[in-house]
Amino acid sequence: MADRDERAAGWGSRAVQVGFLLVVLALWYLATNRWGVNRLLLPNPVAVWHQLLDVLRTGEFWPDLRVTLIELVVAFALSMTLGTAVGYFVSRTRYAIRVFDPLFAGIYSIPIILFLPLYVLFFGLGPASKIALGATISFFPIVLSTIAGLGNVDRTLVTAARSMGASEYQMFRYVLLPAALPVILSGLRIGFTVALLSIIGSEVIASLAGLGHHIVQLGEGMDMARMFAYIAFVVVIAAVLNSTVSFLEKRGRRRI
Amino acid sequence: MSAAEQFLLRHPGVVRLGVIVAILIVWEIAARWFIDPLFIAPPSRVIASLGAVWQTNGVPAALRLTLFELAVAFAIAVAIGLTVGLAVGLQPFARRSLAPIILLLYGLPQITILPLFILYFGIGAASKIAFGVTHGMFPIMLAIIAGVQNLKPVLLTSARSMGASRWHILRYVIFPHMIPSFFAGMRLGMTGVLLGVLLAELYVSTAGIGHFTTMFTENFDPTKLFGLIAMLAAMAIVLNEIVRRAEIHFSRWR
Repeated sequence: MADRDERAAGWGSRAVQVGFLLVVLALWYLATNRWGVNRLLLPNPVAVWHQLLDVLRTGEFWPDLRVTLIELVVAFALSMTLGTAVGYFVSRTRYAIRVFDPLFAGIYSIPIILFLPLYVLFFGLGPASKIALGATISFFPIVLSTIAGLGNVDRTLVTAARSMGASEYQMFRYVLLPAALPVILSGLRIGFTVALLSIIGSEVIASLAGLGHHIVQLGEGMDMARMFAYIAFVVVIAAVLNSTVSFLEKRGRRRI
Repeated sequence: MSAAEQFLLRHPGVVRLGVIVAILIVWEIAARWFIDPLFIAPPSRVIASLGAVWQTNGVPAALRLTLFELAVAFAIAVAIGLTVGLAVGLQPFARRSLAPIILLLYGLPQITILPLFILYFGIGAASKIAFGVTHGMFPIMLAIIAGVQNLKPVLLTSARSMGASRWHILRYVIFPHMIPSFFAGMRLGMTGVLLGVLLAELYVSTAGIGHFTTMFTENFDPTKLFGLIAMLAAMAIVLNEIVRRAEIHFSRWR
């Protein structure tokens, strides 16, 4: 009985969610078609849909998508390598953890996007400044979680392995890594998400190419329907990338 | 072991300070002798220039404006986050159906719609405040929903059986219970508001700090740019610290 109630409530909340989406779409449609909201402020949803199909069919998004993805891959590779390496060396002694952990946590609490003008000054408007900013912003969650993961491994496990004569490599491979991996993986996932956000963000603010740049360009050209379509496209791309990374994180946890 | 070593072992903060000083020295040497002064300024010169930055026409007003945008955006984000969070969180059906929608909206990369905010709210302070609000309100809502969710039903039932009114339950049971998560949400909200306002400022600005970061960058004046960014970072640290202290202070009853 309770089971059926729960299932009914589940259907009910699902219905509310679908209803919410439909109401938003209906209001959007009515606002543009009946109530005469200016097309420059809010384009018609049907027009946006046609533009989205057109963007997908012509494949004009490929150059921008490639720029953004390359920036993302390079930035994340940099922050992943540096973050885990620095985290590993810091976590080797309790003392180093107490020296460096508050330092990294303190810098992480500053909104690093502030440094974007400096990065543009150093690295120019091209991909280099986006890579540098994305790598800097995503470095901190990765290094902090690596320190947290490797630094909090159960002492008994370490002592037991050492007393059984584990070598440095065996210690890392069979004790430290499996114990710390879940924390490190979630740090990597957070790092990936913030890297993606900061790269798109810095493309919006100052750039020559990339998905964020293209949105701004359409906006400045007052091509609103196509701009909305492009925003939807970028949101879907971001969602796909983020859920792929979440999926990989879950897989990685199970492997160990 | 010598006395000095023991002192350092007991005070890692001293070593931390040493690391920071070492970085500053390396930066100073690099900036003075090795790197083009068009791109980087040595820290000594940046500190000396803080006064000049402050005296640059319009900078104090720009900092005040940015602080004003942050304060207003934070207040609105807390008000919306608290109202919606309570309304959704206290009602099991609303929570089940609407919380996923809030979570979804929070997960969207809002930076993609920044040009729309400028279009709707203009290039003045309103668009920065609006962008800060949308960045700050979702984490506050989610924290409050999570906070009232794990309220023990036994507490509500016993309060009701002792004849507490709706208001009494809200005042003496629900509020004290959700204070820790409320302040945790405020801290996340402050991070979000800072991000939103600063992103919008950097994107386009007529009088705020974004105007001056652009100007200093375009004039290749790294000394002043470093100085201004240092001031903003200090502002962000102070605001974050206020919220963090409040969180620690008000969660102590547990």
